[in-house]
Amino acid sequence: MNTDFSTQLEPERYELRERPTYHFGLPRRDFFKFLGGGIVVFCLRDRLLAGQEAGHFRRGPGESLPQDVDAWLHLSEKGEVTVCTGKVEVGQNIRTSLTQAVAEELSVAPGSIQLLMGDTDRVPFDMGTFGSRTTPTMTPQLRRAASAARDALIGLAAEAWKADPAKLIAANGAITDPESKRSVSYAELTKGRELVKAIPAVDPLIPATQWKVMGKPLAKITGRDIVTGRHRYPSDIKLPGMLYGKILRPPTFGATLTSLDAHEAEAIAGVTVVHDGNFVGVAAPNPRVAESALAALHASWQSTPQPSGDELFEYLKKNVEQGEDRDRHAVGSMEKGLADAALRLQQTYNVAYIAHAPLEPRAAVAEWKDGKVTAWTGTQRPFGVRGELAEAFHLPQDHVRVVMPDMGSGYGGKHTGEAAVEAARLAQAARHPVKLVWTREEEFTWAYFRPAGVIEVSAGVTSDGSITAWEYHNYNSGSAAIGPVYNIPNQVIEFHSVKSPLRQGSYRSLAAAANHFARESFMDELANLAKMDPLDFRLKNLTDARFRDALQAAAQKFGWGKAKPEPGHGYGIAGGFDKSGYVATCAEVTVDPASRQVRVIRVVTAFDCGAVVNPDELRNQIEGANNMGIGGALFEAIQFENGRILNPHFAQYRVPRFSDAPPIEVVLIDRKDVVPAGAGETPIVGIAPAIGNAIFAATGKRLRSLPMAPKGV
Amino acid sequence: MSNVTELLINGTKYSVDVDPSASLLSVLRDDLDLVGSKYGCGEGQCGACTVLLGGAPRRSCITPVGDVARKPITTIEGLERAGKLHAVQQAFLDEDVMQCGYCTSGMIMTSVGLLKVHPNPSEQEIAHYLEGHICRCGTYPRIVAAVRRAAKSMQEVRS
Repeated sequence: MNTDFSTQLEPERYELRERPTYHFGLPRRDFFKFLGGGIVVFCLRDRLLAGQEAGHFRRGPGESLPQDVDAWLHLSEKGEVTVCTGKVEVGQNIRTSLTQAVAEELSVAPGSIQLLMGDTDRVPFDMGTFGSRTTPTMTPQLRRAASAARDALIGLAAEAWKADPAKLIAANGAITDPESKRSVSYAELTKGRELVKAIPAVDPLIPATQWKVMGKPLAKITGRDIVTGRHRYPSDIKLPGMLYGKILRPPTFGATLTSLDAHEAEAIAGVTVVHDGNFVGVAAPNPRVAESALAALHASWQSTPQPSGDELFEYLKKNVEQGEDRDRHAVGSMEKGLADAALRLQQTYNVAYIAHAPLEPRAAVAEWKDGKVTAWTGTQRPFGVRGELAEAFHLPQDHVRVVMPDMGSGYGGKHTGEAAVEAARLAQAARHPVKLVWTREEEFTWAYFRPAGVIEVSAGVTSDGSITAWEYHNYNSGSAAIGPVYNIPNQVIEFHSVKSPLRQGSYRSLAAAANHFARESFMDELANLAKMDPLDFRLKNLTDARFRDALQAAAQKFGWGKAKPEPGHGYGIAGGFDKSGYVATCAEVTVDPASRQVRVIRVVTAFDCGAVVNPDELRNQIEGANNMGIGGALFEAIQFENGRILNPHFAQYRVPRFSDAPPIEVVLIDRKDVVPAGAGETPIVGIAPAIGNAIFAATGKRLRSLPMAPKGV
Repeated sequence: MSNVTELLINGTKYSVDVDPSASLLSVLRDDLDLVGSKYGCGEGQCGACTVLLGGAPRRSCITPVGDVARKPITTIEGLERAGKLHAVQQAFLDEDVMQCGYCTSGMIMTSVGLLKVHPNPSEQEIAHYLEGHICRCGTYPRIVAAVRRAAKSMQEVRS
């Protein structure tokens, strides 16, 4: 076997001419020291391509790697593949599907691929893992990197064999020449090399119709570590000499500390008390001592009056922020649209604040060394948390490292780094690493919420069921998926920003769930007004082929229009489009005549997110989104009064449990010709309106406020 | 009074010097670094901390360590035997249950406890038995399917 490939691979096809935007502190030599020799491929950011010219460029030893990259891939001398990306695994099983993407293009077993994710010292800058962006953006990048590495390997083999590279085949971690029957493993090809290649985002990829690894089920790649308890979540990290922290929380939001007596706490052996402005915390040798020390602090706070939950919806309407750029969209003429209509309707829908309640609360371990801080923490934005730490401690970004072990979920609720900043402040004072795990009550109280909102909709419909006018106002909940996919000639759509009484932020699908609840409930009301079947009414006003297909696929699987519901049961349908995915959900519900509790009997969801990357994980996401969505639909709501959360415990804040979870059938619409979209969010948007519409069908009662039936119908 | 408690965990004896009122979960995680049992609520409401005490599921977060001295405790780390997963662990993999996986350890421990006393539960019985557990990712149907699968595979082994 000839493994003497003396000529170096052309290291890069493109030279970076611009100075990098982002700091990246891993010089070339360190990179190979860190991962060993081999081949490394960088994915350049798309926006750089315009400023580049083709050319050959070889780096001198020790020179920095290209800095404006999205991801990189390293193939070691042992044939192991390491892929570095700033995306993180939060339960959406993206580690698994990104692994499939690399395995597909590089022709290696998924088990030989290691993904290094969300470690700010080791991976390229990334905005964060949200907005269902990983599949549409990172998947193609990693595929390109893997494809470029494969081409490089083919090139090395072709050169050694003096063969035509076009005739060589990459498969199962080796390059083979079908003519001469020669074969060489990737490991042999990379031995003794330190080759660098940078690729633009234009390399051709294997079409979905020819996928061998993508498009097929692959079980969660870290599954065994999880079922054995070996996987270390952020809250499981332990460092030598580590102390345990606790934070003294104010009695109400925004309260000011007026006095603190810490003598008793400070007298406890091993306890450090930190008092810095409104921040008060303790660090202690174990969590029990930390709790005792916290209890021994005597503090007085000054609170200010704040809005309460019982006035929430009036408050939102009355407190629209003035002077903000208006988020308004209008087409046609509402006057004309309403004049053309035979039927008119106006309704208001409300949406409560809800909590993400990830089962792993916020947690962090922070350690200081030589003026630099490292935080292991659960977040969807490791680089965002790095920025928070840098700002909080007045440090340059390269003095902060954030490491994100695959965490116990987020659902949009862990974009921020509170626990990391708090742990770092305690660790700084205690001169030891400190671990801080928020209690459930803290997570319910001091995280942030899915925004509450008021949505007003009015419309006009002709006697034969064509919508002629549509006016839609969303107060506070957000503008994601605010516009209808239906064909309506005259529209006014406006989002009104409000100063929220509670801290609020992202939640799975953002406002798409709220906007779909309002829109799809209202569509049902319009159908009823026009005396039309809800599915027929939607289809009459809809030309978008993919949304039509989704509605019809769900309806067919469900038996819409064929089977008649049992007495006391009702059917509902709803759907929509967001983040490049189409969803349609049908639900059957019944209301218990005695308890008035709603029971979801069964659910069918059809989903179209383009070419399916991993059908089984996709089904899992869709099932999970429906089950999670049942909570927001029926009973989840944060209750608050004058700066306090009144239900910060699972005993008071009801989340869906086994008895709430209906049988869910999933219909995947697999479009091989469409670039895959993300799927972690959009499947949640159909369930609430489908349930609401089904409750109406069962009882004649229209419920217009989320949650619809916390105490029954 | 001595604070030393002797614990028998996964067949191994441990001596811990903690107040007997300390929660078993905290001792497992913080003193013994057995972190497979998870903190989810600290109030016995979510099940993430579940261990087996003499074979029966127990919420370790609300169990004082002094109450379980010298009693056999099994945690998720103790289910695998000589590299072979327990049937319930294997079934969780085969049904590809997990999203974030944070509730998994507790779900598995309670399911192991269930199958000990009820080797062939129906789907409704499984759901009822696991009602005290929260999977915020909503993988409930897959968990039920995994427990059914485990029950079947354990019966096949027995017969």
